[in-house]
Amino acid sequence: MGRQGSTVLTVSELTEKLRALLEERFPVVWVEGEISNFKVYGSGHAYFTLKDGSSQIRAVLFKNRARRIRFEPGDGLSVLAMGSVEVYPQRGEYQLVVELLEPRGLGALQLAFEQLKARLAAEGLFDEGRKRELPRFPRKIGIVTSPSGAAIRDMLRVIGRRFGELHIVLAPARVQGDDAAEEIAQGIRDLNALGDVDVIIVGRGGGSLEDLWAFNEEVVARAIVASKAPIISAVGHEVDVTISDFVADLRAPTPSAAAELVVREKQAIVESVADLTHRLRRAMGRRLEQERRRMEALATRRVLADPARPLRDRHRRVDDARARFHHALDALVRRAAHRFELATAGLRAGSPRARLTRDRHRYERSGSSLRTEMSRALEAGRHRFGVSAGRLDSLSPLAVLARGYSLTRTPDGRIVRSARQIRAGEDVEVLLDEGRLDCRVTATREPNERPHV
Amino acid sequence: MSDLTFEECLARLEEIVADLESGNLPLEESLKVFEEGVALSRHCGRYLEDAERRIEILAKDESGALGTRPFAGPPDDEP
Repeated sequence: MGRQGSTVLTVSELTEKLRALLEERFPVVWVEGEISNFKVYGSGHAYFTLKDGSSQIRAVLFKNRARRIRFEPGDGLSVLAMGSVEVYPQRGEYQLVVELLEPRGLGALQLAFEQLKARLAAEGLFDEGRKRELPRFPRKIGIVTSPSGAAIRDMLRVIGRRFGELHIVLAPARVQGDDAAEEIAQGIRDLNALGDVDVIIVGRGGGSLEDLWAFNEEVVARAIVASKAPIISAVGHEVDVTISDFVADLRAPTPSAAAELVVREKQAIVESVADLTHRLRRAMGRRLEQERRRMEALATRRVLADPARPLRDRHRRVDDARARFHHALDALVRRAAHRFELATAGLRAGSPRARLTRDRHRYERSGSSLRTEMSRALEAGRHRFGVSAGRLDSLSPLAVLARGYSLTRTPDGRIVRSARQIRAGEDVEVLLDEGRLDCRVTATREPNERPHV
Repeated sequence: MSDLTFEECLARLEEIVADLESGNLPLEESLKVFEEGVALSRHCGRYLEDAERRIEILAKDESGALGTRPFAGPPDDEP
């Protein structure tokens, strides 16, 4: 049923002509538009529509192309797509087969960075509360970086210069290129698998955004989050900020700075131990001084304030106290000297290392100066105690008795000051300079009164 | 004392110094903790000295088991 002058085509023939026309005319085309209906199928291919104010075109992003795109395409995103137009004969449709997708405005990398950052932040992975403290004294330090890069050289230089006595384990990883992110993540996992790494530094030297990119990959961020050992992120220069920096427990501006942090911690600990040792010694010295003063005060005050206590007892107690005090002082000097002998001997026995010599000297000085200080303090104490014991004698009521006075006490030890305290027939004791009289009262006589019998 | 980690030793030493500095302990008790403090300080000092400089690099053997070998450092001539 053909028409005059016209060729009748089958649907397939027409479609084939359109396909040839379109595909030859638009082998490579750049299209600008907004993504909508973006959907990734199980096959890994992504289908979406590119549209502007009045038109739309279907687009497909095949799996092998999608892998090369670093940001996450999604609805509403303005993009620049490069690809070819293809016809899909079975459905009579044409679509854009996308080779390359670039976000408009931001660069692809920046966009990817912002997207991952927003997603991880929403998961709470940047929360300060999640971050762990660095160990106060890291002995074994893991480093994930390239074994031939500037970063490891800088870090070893800093550590070697400042404080050599650290155990470092390097997990070698490429730090740029397609496999870098996976290798860095694996390095973090391997160091954790060793089980005894105290802190891990992850980083590399400076470079372009692309060079540093591995540290913006999710797989690295996840490995950092999962690490048992606290992680210091040290990527590029001060101005370079990566996703790793956000999830790490601590961000160091450069690899050298990370190394400084670690050795400074150790230096701080060495100083803190020295400081504690010094304070320990000083506090004990003060405690002894305080004890000695208390004892002196006690001895002096009791005699004056409380003469009613039995004098013999007092004398004996003073003697006892004197003996015990001397004994305690002797024991103290001996024990302290012994302890510090041990302490300094122990310090001396440790294998000498040049960098620790200064600190060891400090310990030794502490030990020997404590010994001298203590002996001197205790000797002074002993002397002062002797002097105050002499003073004690001169203040003692016994000295008064020697001048011919006597003291009268009830049997329960109270000093008799008034005749009213005693009734006739009761017993009293009279203390003399030498000896004691046990007496029975025959009569009492108050001032200006007749005797009561 | 050797059962204590370094951190625990240091924490105990800090506690002892604070107790002694408060001056509230009886003399006998002061002496006791002082002696303990001296021992702790010695222990900490030893621990710090025992750390040694060692630089290793992770390496996996044929079976994939994780091990380490000494690392001499990066070549110096790289940029």
